Amino acid sequence: MTIAAAPTTPHDSAKLRVHGLKRYFDVSAPWLNRVLEGRKRQLLKAVDDISFAIEPGKTLSLVGESGCGKSTVARCIVGLYRPSGGSIDFEGVDLATLRGRAAQAPIRRRMQMIFQDPFASLNPRWRVFDIIAEPIRAFRLLRGAGAIQRRVDELLGQVGLAARDGEKYPHEFSGGQRQRISIARALASNPDFLVCDEPTSALDVSVQAQILNLMKELQRELGLTYLFISHDLSVVYHMSDTVGVMYLGRLAEIRSAADLFSEPQHPYTRLLLETIPDLDVIGRHREPLAGEVPSPINPPSGCTFHPRCPLANERCRAERPELQPTAGGFVACHAVAEGRLPPHPAS
Amino acid sequence: MAANQPLLQVNNLRIEFPNRRGTLVAVDDISLHIDPGEVLGVVGESGAGKSLTGAAIIGLLEPPGRIAGGEILLDGRRIDNLPYEQMRRIRGKEIGAIFQDPLTSLNPLYKISRQLVETIQTHTDMSATQARNHALDLLDSVGIPAASERLDAYPHEFSGGMRQRVVIALALAVNPRLIIADEPTTALDVSIQAQIIGLLRRLCRDHGTAVMLVTHDMGVIAETADRVAVMYAGRIAEVGPVEAVVKDARHPYTHGLMGSIPAVGHHVERLTQIDGAMPRLTEIPPGCAFNPRCPKVFDKCLAERPDLRPAGRTDVSCWLY
Repeated sequence: MTIAAAPTTPHDSAKLRVHGLKRYFDVSAPWLNRVLEGRKRQLLKAVDDISFAIEPGKTLSLVGESGCGKSTVARCIVGLYRPSGGSIDFEGVDLATLRGRAAQAPIRRRMQMIFQDPFASLNPRWRVFDIIAEPIRAFRLLRGAGAIQRRVDELLGQVGLAARDGEKYPHEFSGGQRQRISIARALASNPDFLVCDEPTSALDVSVQAQILNLMKELQRELGLTYLFISHDLSVVYHMSDTVGVMYLGRLAEIRSAADLFSEPQHPYTRLLLETIPDLDVIGRHREPLAGEVPSPINPPSGCTFHPRCPLANERCRAERPELQPTAGGFVACHAVAEGRLPPHPAS
Repeated sequence: MAANQPLLQVNNLRIEFPNRRGTLVAVDDISLHIDPGEVLGVVGESGAGKSLTGAAIIGLLEPPGRIAGGEILLDGRRIDNLPYEQMRRIRGKEIGAIFQDPLTSLNPLYKISRQLVETIQTHTDMSATQARNHALDLLDSVGIPAASERLDAYPHEFSGGMRQRVVIALALAVNPRLIIADEPTTALDVSIQAQIIGLLRRLCRDHGTAVMLVTHDMGVIAETADRVAVMYAGRIAEVGPVEAVVKDARHPYTHGLMGSIPAVGHHVERLTQIDGAMPRLTEIPPGCAFNPRCPKVFDKCLAERPDLRPAGRTDVSCWLY
């Protein structure tokens, strides 16, 4: 077993455990071109060997820049993508062993997703009532129009909307209200685990605050477990118990939020924290790290972060670092392992 | 011309959208100014009218939107009522623009070199060779590595961050004195965002260019702007030095806005939230537009509209002051 598997070593209380998850996309040229022009098959490793576990009632966030694979992880977990390798265990049940809809339904009911764009994720032709009632009907949770009506009214109340809003169509609502509808729909099947893929990035900040507060309240009241996907570190700081920083399909660092934000170790995490605009430091002069995320089709050798890393040496260019235990979690960095890491200025 | 005259002066600007059911007032009687070399941040939520204000200044308001009142002065000269051809010459030469999506600001069918050279030659009398050399310098100055090799590439061959640099180079092509930057970093990842902000600030300092930075991101404003105008429902709620607006906001809306931003290092269980949402243009209440959401509302707010007046270190339109 590789050390990368370490974050999931036994404590069996985990709600969700992802082990060595891989998801590759075939981006090869068409067959004819490969034959005639001698081009090779090409795989895009969107998610490449990721492991983590989420305890019940807690929030784990995955953070990273576009194309780092965080949304792909979310989609694998809820079953929108089939993993290319690895396993996803929900309360100890490997999802891959459940064949067919009937076998999966009991777990799928308990696992719901909130999407980024509240304009695209609600059917514009359905009334809000039907949108929220759909999971109840699909999983046959309640019988009779009266019972369903009462449940939908209750859900609308829970997310801060009025019962009469059920008669309206999505276009009659603002972005924040639509996201409330998405949350009500996600809660309709009584789930205990929610995957939230950038739930507030399409919203204005004052509305974002409303939705984040609502999500925290619901988590407390209903004992929900969240997998939270975001590129916004301040939102992640506010929401999370554990934070995983992803870079090019791999975890660079996964640690408790308190440790990660107070003393980031991986140079990429430090770079990300450095780039958060800070209201406390007006007119701060940032020295942004140059460079951009390279293409995941031909990632750099060794540690994929080495072209941008100020601490890179020969070993970093040649050998891929695995996750190693550190304070409050794990970090994959040769510089940390070799003690070459300079102390974090803020700590 | 007075020495301390602002570069851009907007007086009582009003933008309307006539439609079948009446007239929507999207920007209602706003005044602002920008000094040479200054970065004015304009923040607000979607629909507050911040982008429309920028579009009006550069003369790119899309019909049926129209300027229904007020005036826009560049160096003391009115530019809001100029004929199309005259405005076209000012656009690019005197006022540059950077938009949110770098893909839509560049023509995908033309090489970068052609787009830059064309812009330069439209506004100056440089020869083709001079223009090309100037284009090369521009790409260099916005931090595009190996500019000479990249000059003849098409926009799709650049990444998002590099493309936005090209757009900035295009906006700077003939040294405009004012740049309207509408959400220039919103489509970019955070680490790239920091690079672009750094670049904008450096250019401001080196060339004395004034920038109107329109964004919804308070963090970007805090790092970049000298002064900030906070817009709400087509009006300016508060305007003042960036540090005063961020740390010592007087308007209840600004105050709520600052509290609703999660900050790393300050753990709070609950973020301050402003209940409700900004009213639609058809439903702007009488009196102060913020009154339905305001925690400190009183009688006068429901009846009379407040104007900007000094309060502390900022100007605030609120009856509390």
